[in-house]
Amino acid sequence: MTDTSTTTAAAAYDDVTSSDSTLRRFLHGLPGVDQVGAEARAASLGTRSIKTSAKEFAIDLAIRMVDLTTLEGADTVGKVTALANKAMRPDPADPSCPQAAAVCVYPDMVATAKQVLSSSGIKVAAVATAFPSGRAAMDIKLADTRDAVEAGADEIDMVIDRGAFLSGRYLQVFEEIQAVKQACGQAHLKVIFETGELQTYDNVRRVSWLAMLAGADFIKTSTGKVQPAATLPVTLVMLEAVRDFRAATGQMVGVKPAGGIRNTKEAIKYLVMVNEVAGSDWLDPDWFRFGASSLLNDLLMQRTKMQTGRYSGPDYFTLD
Amino acid sequence: MSNPFSYAPALESRGIVNLQPSYGLFINGEFVDGAGSSFKTINPATEEVLAEVSEADAADVDKAVKAARRAHTRVWGKMPGRERAKYLYRIARIIQERGRELAVLETLDNGKPIKEARDVDVPIVAAHFFYYAGWADKLEHSGFGTRSLGVAAQVIPWNFPLLMLAWKIAPALAAGNTVVLKPAETTPLTALLFAEICQQADLPAGVVNIVTGAGATGQALIAHEDVDKVAFTGSTEVGKAIARVVAGTEKRVTLELGGKAANIVFDDAPLDQAIEGIVNGIFFNQGHVCCAGSRLLVQESVADEVLERLKSRMTSLRVGDPLDKNTDIGAINSAEQLARIRELAEIGETETGGGRWSPACELPSQGFWFPPTVFTGVTQAHRIAREEIFGPVLSVLTFRTPTEAVEKANNTPYGLSAGIWTEKGSRILWMADQLRAGVVWANTFNKFDPTSPFGGYKESGYGREGGRHGLEGYLKGAE
Repeated sequence: MTDTSTTTAAAAYDDVTSSDSTLRRFLHGLPGVDQVGAEARAASLGTRSIKTSAKEFAIDLAIRMVDLTTLEGADTVGKVTALANKAMRPDPADPSCPQAAAVCVYPDMVATAKQVLSSSGIKVAAVATAFPSGRAAMDIKLADTRDAVEAGADEIDMVIDRGAFLSGRYLQVFEEIQAVKQACGQAHLKVIFETGELQTYDNVRRVSWLAMLAGADFIKTSTGKVQPAATLPVTLVMLEAVRDFRAATGQMVGVKPAGGIRNTKEAIKYLVMVNEVAGSDWLDPDWFRFGASSLLNDLLMQRTKMQTGRYSGPDYFTLD
Repeated sequence: MSNPFSYAPALESRGIVNLQPSYGLFINGEFVDGAGSSFKTINPATEEVLAEVSEADAADVDKAVKAARRAHTRVWGKMPGRERAKYLYRIARIIQERGRELAVLETLDNGKPIKEARDVDVPIVAAHFFYYAGWADKLEHSGFGTRSLGVAAQVIPWNFPLLMLAWKIAPALAAGNTVVLKPAETTPLTALLFAEICQQADLPAGVVNIVTGAGATGQALIAHEDVDKVAFTGSTEVGKAIARVVAGTEKRVTLELGGKAANIVFDDAPLDQAIEGIVNGIFFNQGHVCCAGSRLLVQESVADEVLERLKSRMTSLRVGDPLDKNTDIGAINSAEQLARIRELAEIGETETGGGRWSPACELPSQGFWFPPTVFTGVTQAHRIAREEIFGPVLSVLTFRTPTEAVEKANNTPYGLSAGIWTEKGSRILWMADQLRAGVVWANTFNKFDPTSPFGGYKESGYGREGGRHGLEGYLKGAE
């Protein structure tokens, strides 16, 4: 996806984003989401039974989609170095095991991660814009973003101003995303909604369109700091949004559920949903990611089980 | 480009089912050989013969009715409700315990996807027994008295063999009646497994009797002079014949017949969920559903968008081996039904001038299969908009205003169910008031619950099954 196509897609919606009232009218004109129906659909896709060759495919794909994440006040160079190494060689005992997609850290840890990952092809993602609350002045958010980009971040995970969104100041949210996108330069922009705070599926659909119109490369459910974080129905609504956005503009946007996805079974449910709702084009780390940390080891355990027929204990997989 | 994420076969094992080569009739608590001939029941997905089943003749039916009469007079009719409840609870629990076995057998004999037999049929069957078990000792609060009718003759269809059995037997037994039930000719096996469950639950002999066979067996049963009640679910044509036979007798009758339900989508509907509701409305159970949403009425202003989304959704439906846990659409139940669907689909193709569409899907070479199909450009005058197809075939019509939607929805000899899709609560209430249909679903479709009465207007039958209302057909009335 190039900057030209972004411009073209947005251009078709120029009138929509020209004022708060037109933007509101557009977002509120999107088809509603029936909560019961959306949850039933997500649950029904969750009953798909993924076995043997399909499971092997799904596990390797899921590993390639992991944004291995540490976002703690206690993060240190040592911790981030260990995590970056884990991303490069998730299973030291098996060289055929694929690498994770990215390592996701706070901006001050970008340089460290970058140094370890150097030419591995693994991306460094940095949360920015006063993550996780987003409660800071705009110039601080932009400085936070530039800081991460200058340190070498390939991807920026920004948070939206949920207060502004919930009080209906849609244009403000839109313009903030646009500004951050500009500050990102070549870095890919993931826009975090914190759906646990937005609460309704109608809000999730509206904010998804809002972010896509503002130039998001990825839309992301959560910071991981608020419960509930990623859920299947929320991700369903977002996948429907990217599907519809592509139908309307020709442009693909990625989706990243983050937080709360801890095991292989759950991850496979997400992949089934990607496959059947957005379509198989999204079955790629360029278009779908898992924001997770403990998920990776469960994927590795299941992978080993598929290959050897035996479960090894958790001590056979590295804790980083 | 082919999809890299193709789901490997995920077959439910049929090892859990202990299929016998032949089955007798279940009369007076025992399996007995029928005096008549026998017939084969097959797996419609493969045409493999599953078992040989006795065909009950008039003499067998007479034995069954006599056994039911004895059981009613001597045991069940005078047993306190709280004691009857214990048996019903026990049956409900055994159904849950043997749920997988029942689901696999239902899928084998009927052709429905294991996903549905497992997640819909069997859980609702158990729920029905639990629900009516609760009524057995509370009949004085039903409003219909506490006196049972006596012997109920029950004839059920092949689309939900076990579920229809539950709808019939659970309220009858709770109210103190005994039953003789005839399952459909093409799907007798789960009823016979249910008979085994009655034995396992120590249900007194004769309370439940199962006679297998075709039309003649059913005719002998409903015409039997010692029957107090006839309950039938099936086609309107047979329902009318039954009503004629029963006319002028003391027998009470409830009939649950065909339908041609309108699923009405307004322009302010939650579209993604409406698409799911349309798909579930017509493709659930291969469309072998009397309350299927076989007529899609969509507001013209969103018709193109709805159709585009619907077609795209239909391409992800998985048609194939019913025992595969990922199958969404299974086999058509019989060669006869397949021929009927094909005939009406061909008529529809002529009527709509090529408005027929199905997603590309590979159908198995053995067995009875029909792809999910949608017809556009359908009008009220077309046969595919009026006649029940009872298959995975959707007719799409459009409307401009709520009044027109109501007019078109009601313009049918049937009146079993309807669906409304809109985010406007007041419109849902107004529509529900106007629609002449026994069940009206709002922003959902094909949802069944034992607490909710189900039944039809007009040629969709009379009487209600489920809920408190379902007891009325099995009690003599307030004293």
